[in-house]
Amino acid sequence: MFDFEGVPVEAYEGESVAVALYALGVDVFSWSHKLKRPRGPFCMIGKCSNCFMSINGLPNVKSCRIPVKDGLKVERQRGWVAPEAIHLMDKHSEIVELNPDLLIIGGGPAGLEAALTASNYGLNVVLVDEHFKLGGQLLKQTHKFFGNVELFGGMRGFQIAEEYSRKISELRNVQVLTNTVVYGVFRGGVVGAINESKHYIIKPRAVIAATGAQERYLDFQNNDLPGVIGAGGAQTIMNEFGVKPGEKSIVIGSGNVGLIISYQLLQSGVEVKGVVEILSEIGGWFVHAAKIRRYGVPVFTRHALKYVEGNPRVQKAVVAAVDDKLNFVPGSEKEFDVDLVLLAVGLEPDARLHAQAGAVMKYIPELGGLVPIRTRDLETTVVNMYVAGDSSGIEEATTAILEGKIAALSIVSKLCDGSRAENASSTLEKTLRFLWDEYRSSPLLTRARRGKEQATVPREELEDFRKKFPSPISFG
Amino acid sequence: MNTVKFRLTGVIELRELKELGLLPPEERLKKGPVAILECPEQIPCNICVPYCGLKAIKMDKITDIPRVDWDKCTGCGLCVAVCPGLAAFVVDLSRNDYDYVTLPHEFLPVPRLGETVTLLNRRGECVGEGVVVRLWEKNKTRVVTVRVPKGLGLEVRAIWVEKKQ
Ligand code: SF4
Ligand code: SF4
Repeated sequence: MFDFEGVPVEAYEGESVAVALYALGVDVFSWSHKLKRPRGPFCMIGKCSNCFMSINGLPNVKSCRIPVKDGLKVERQRGWVAPEAIHLMDKHSEIVELNPDLLIIGGGPAGLEAALTASNYGLNVVLVDEHFKLGGQLLKQTHKFFGNVELFGGMRGFQIAEEYSRKISELRNVQVLTNTVVYGVFRGGVVGAINESKHYIIKPRAVIAATGAQERYLDFQNNDLPGVIGAGGAQTIMNEFGVKPGEKSIVIGSGNVGLIISYQLLQSGVEVKGVVEILSEIGGWFVHAAKIRRYGVPVFTRHALKYVEGNPRVQKAVVAAVDDKLNFVPGSEKEFDVDLVLLAVGLEPDARLHAQAGAVMKYIPELGGLVPIRTRDLETTVVNMYVAGDSSGIEEATTAILEGKIAALSIVSKLCDGSRAENASSTLEKTLRFLWDEYRSSPLLTRARRGKEQATVPREELEDFRKKFPSPISFG
Repeated sequence: MNTVKFRLTGVIELRELKELGLLPPEERLKKGPVAILECPEQIPCNICVPYCGLKAIKMDKITDIPRVDWDKCTGCGLCVAVCPGLAAFVVDLSRNDYDYVTLPHEFLPVPRLGETVTLLNRRGECVGEGVVVRLWEKNKTRVVTVRVPKGLGLEVRAIWVEKKQ
């Protein structure tokens, strides 16, 4: 039970404020700064600002990251509300210093696997995640994984998250800090992290930042209306929290994410009017497309979303055919009566911590955007700062797990000695070979593999980059 | 890669399955239940291989297309249950009166034994009605065998169960 603008409302334990309000039918979470246009949640994973609300008097809080609690006071913001001074920092009396061997930022598949691997070799690990549960985007994956049985193939994503969480909770050398935000990386190899009650000053010997990705937005008229939601955001609402995200939907983008979300919408009883794809070919794997086609969902290739309408929430989406130059074909408009428009137009790596630390970055379209340059074993130009998972370039959960393992093994082989280091090095080689020579050899993964090749440099080249563009920060 | 038709539509035709060697030969189909894996792309997946107790599915690399040894396969349906692509089916065209299709089903409501359900083809078109004759579950995927009108064994790829009021 919490307080929403003076009205007591019921929620389920374990829900976020954003999901609880969504389930209650609240469409508008705030009104924009100048034009006071309605805003609804978009990404649901703490990467955007659409769900900002005032919580217990504190403005601009991501309501998707706050678990419901008795006595919470939640209010909508009408326009921009300035925070009262530097609010959080000086409220914290308790400063905690931590000196782990390894700091892992991000508790998704890459971070979890890295924590498990490093802990097996006896390293002391601190694992930080913004969410109040571990698992990252695995939490919302209800479909069975591909890949191979040793790599959780055949299990469902949330089951993999549960298995990792259970294992990690049993480890004495892994300290988990959930609901905690890493706010920056500083000179002297210090990482700052903060949560409701404590302020952490962390000085690790090595860091793996596995901070995932955020969803891309798309340009069209009224794209800011509530009901226009990231595909991943809708997955969080329905799969992680069991709340139906709408009644009638249209999905934009036919990559694997768009195809999988369409299937999951059908499973939750949401009507899917179609999947819209601007190219002439379906983007994702055939097996995922076949899964929705056999339940009668059409795929409109060579079509794009023109505009949406509704007040305050989406009520109509207009889609039209496009020609060779991707211009709309006049007169080809199709109208759909929908309350949900799902954007599945790709992800963008979130490597802001690397960038802030001064790592040399490269824009690689195949990987979805700006990523840090790294060696094969995933060390960036910031000494002892590693990258793994989607923040190293968009791929998928299985490769994220492999990358998490590779980064951790590389760190173990540096920080340990004797047989542990030897063992880690040989496992590292094996894992690298499987990832590059087997897994990524699929012709369906060519694009991502090419991207990762472009981001990967030999050690000598990394050292050259370090000399040319020295980072003010290093670890170890 | 040349674009193939199923990549444009999300629907694979029998002709394409045949050309790719994914359809068992006529004589084998007449003999009894057999698996058909409608998995035509080199995706990084090999889940079905270790699960088949009879080692009837072959793959050298994780990115190969799975090949069924039709003579070893008994149509047990385990691959139907575990395939994450929901691309594995078992068909039995050996009877004179009906065909039988074993397929994955991940929707509510759960069909009941003996229930009449709507039959859907690869395009989601309703092609008739069938009766559920066998039902089991593995990790939340329900494996359903439906008895379908003779001649529809290679067409039916999903069922739809009406919600009871
Ligand atoms: S039906 Fe049974 S025997 Fe045949 S391929 Fe599938 S798992 Fe193997
Ligand atoms: S388990 Fe399914 S998707 Fe994976 S290789 Fe076998 S048939 Fe293809």
